[in-house]
Amino acid sequence: MLQSLNARATLLSIALLLFMLGIWEFANHPPSADKPLTEYEILMGGADQEARVPAPSEIIGRAVEELSDPFYDAGPNDKGIGIQLAYSIYRVLAGYFLAALLAIPFGFLIGMSPLMYKAMNPFIQVLRPISPLAWMPLALFIIKDSETSSIFVIFICSIWPMLINTAFGVANVRRDWINVARTHELSSLRTALTVILPAAAPTILTGMRISIGIAWLVIVAAEMLVGGTGIGYYVWNEWNNLDLTSVIFSILMIGVVGMLLDLALSYATRLVQYEE
Amino acid sequence: MTRAFLEIENLARRFPGSDGELTVFENASFTIEKGEFVCIIGHSGCGKSTIMNVLAGLDAPSEGHVFMDGIEVAGPSLDRGVVFQNYSLLPWLSALHNVTFAVRSRWPGWDKDKVREHSYRYLKMVGLGDGAELRKPSQLSGGMRQRVSIARAFAIQPKLLLLDEPFGALDALTRGTIQDELVKICDATRQTVFMITHDVDEAILLADRILLMTNGPYARIAESVKVELTHPRERSTIIHDPGYYRIRNHLVDFLVRRSKELAGVVSDTDTPSVTSTTPVEVNPAVAAADPPTANNVGAAKA
Repeated sequence: MLQSLNARATLLSIALLLFMLGIWEFANHPPSADKPLTEYEILMGGADQEARVPAPSEIIGRAVEELSDPFYDAGPNDKGIGIQLAYSIYRVLAGYFLAALLAIPFGFLIGMSPLMYKAMNPFIQVLRPISPLAWMPLALFIIKDSETSSIFVIFICSIWPMLINTAFGVANVRRDWINVARTHELSSLRTALTVILPAAAPTILTGMRISIGIAWLVIVAAEMLVGGTGIGYYVWNEWNNLDLTSVIFSILMIGVVGMLLDLALSYATRLVQYEE
Repeated sequence: MTRAFLEIENLARRFPGSDGELTVFENASFTIEKGEFVCIIGHSGCGKSTIMNVLAGLDAPSEGHVFMDGIEVAGPSLDRGVVFQNYSLLPWLSALHNVTFAVRSRWPGWDKDKVREHSYRYLKMVGLGDGAELRKPSQLSGGMRQRVSIARAFAIQPKLLLLDEPFGALDALTRGTIQDELVKICDATRQTVFMITHDVDEAILLADRILLMTNGPYARIAESVKVELTHPRERSTIIHDPGYYRIRNHLVDFLVRRSKELAGVVSDTDTPSVTSTTPVEVNPAVAAADPPTANNVGAAKA
């Protein structure tokens, strides 16, 4: 039953894809010259006045071309899609893991201590809703390096879900399990590592999964702002080149990489998941 | 007079309530000797679990003291093993690792093989093995989970074993099997046990002595009923003992009638019913006359 459900779902997905691509493809053909060109049109070389969104066939062509040599480097404005994506992924992972390094121990602290929770809560509530890009000018001023600043922006946007989820997960570990640790005379450190951490791990990983999603959203905007390298810069650069085919191709690549990052985290979540 | 193994003196627990303090129980004093199996019975809300938490060191009493081996209980200790009503197994660990977890904390110096071998022995003792020990608690039935929990508590070889309604959540058949196993294990190990139960028959089967609590608030331990039935006990033969129904009737009578009559007596007003804090010793099995409660036999559970 499940097998056939999956099969049917796949079939439907493919059908929908083909249907949408088909509409897109045919809607984008320039109108056929059913009437003779006007004098003006002939003067202008018969060009179509309206710029069109490129058809899927063009994008697929571009994708094949780009993906067959993703790592070429022909100067600052002409790098392969692989290099640009690698820059973005590097920044996301750097900022993300720095955030995790801080957010998880700190989340433990405020999850275990009601005093710390109450004391820190106002700061978290004010800092959390700030758009990560709003930090960019301040980061550029203080850090004076655009590369590091974009890593900082990723750091600041991915810290909150991890911090809040860790604190929540730690604070809500079942009383019974804490009592098990207490009756077995575990030290605080061993309680934290062998009872609280595995108990809160699914919640923590959920926070990490939310964070990686946000980080990938933000890196594109951040790179559009600071420029130089990265997939965000690539999109903006191709827009300046009026190369819409490349813009659409890179949009798709952003989606694919985002999905892969999310899949990796959801796999990690499954590893620490337990059933009560 | 030598001191008893476990001494509970004038224990009371009061919680801050909306309209002043709420006293759950007070003036609880009793002793448990080494190797004794003591059950405590009372209606819900009389503070049985609170007493158990105090004995375990998980909760601090408002008044009174608990001494084990002459040393005051302050905080949890590996000398007191606890089996919780809801098993409290760590769900991310297999049954075996739930036990090795405890064994390792008891004997940190042991090497891996010794911990494993020791844990296996106790799992075998409660009838778990053949691959079941490798399953996670969520893949085990309620009865098997409680067996793991019992194995975990016995494996650390505590001086005192505390059981908080360990069979409350199990079906009658499973409960019977595990009770029989517990009887066997306790007869073999002479483990000192303090157990909360709601089940009169379970208490008679297992206990050497049964403490009866009046209803809360202001609950107290009214009686200490001696269960003078020979060991080893068997479910099938114990009911033919003439003492069995005398004890049973006494308990049921207490639960359905006297626990209410004796309830809610505030000790600091000088009511005559509370003259001593130690429970009245009763031995129904050899008592000459029964209280007129023979018609209460049908009420199996409190």
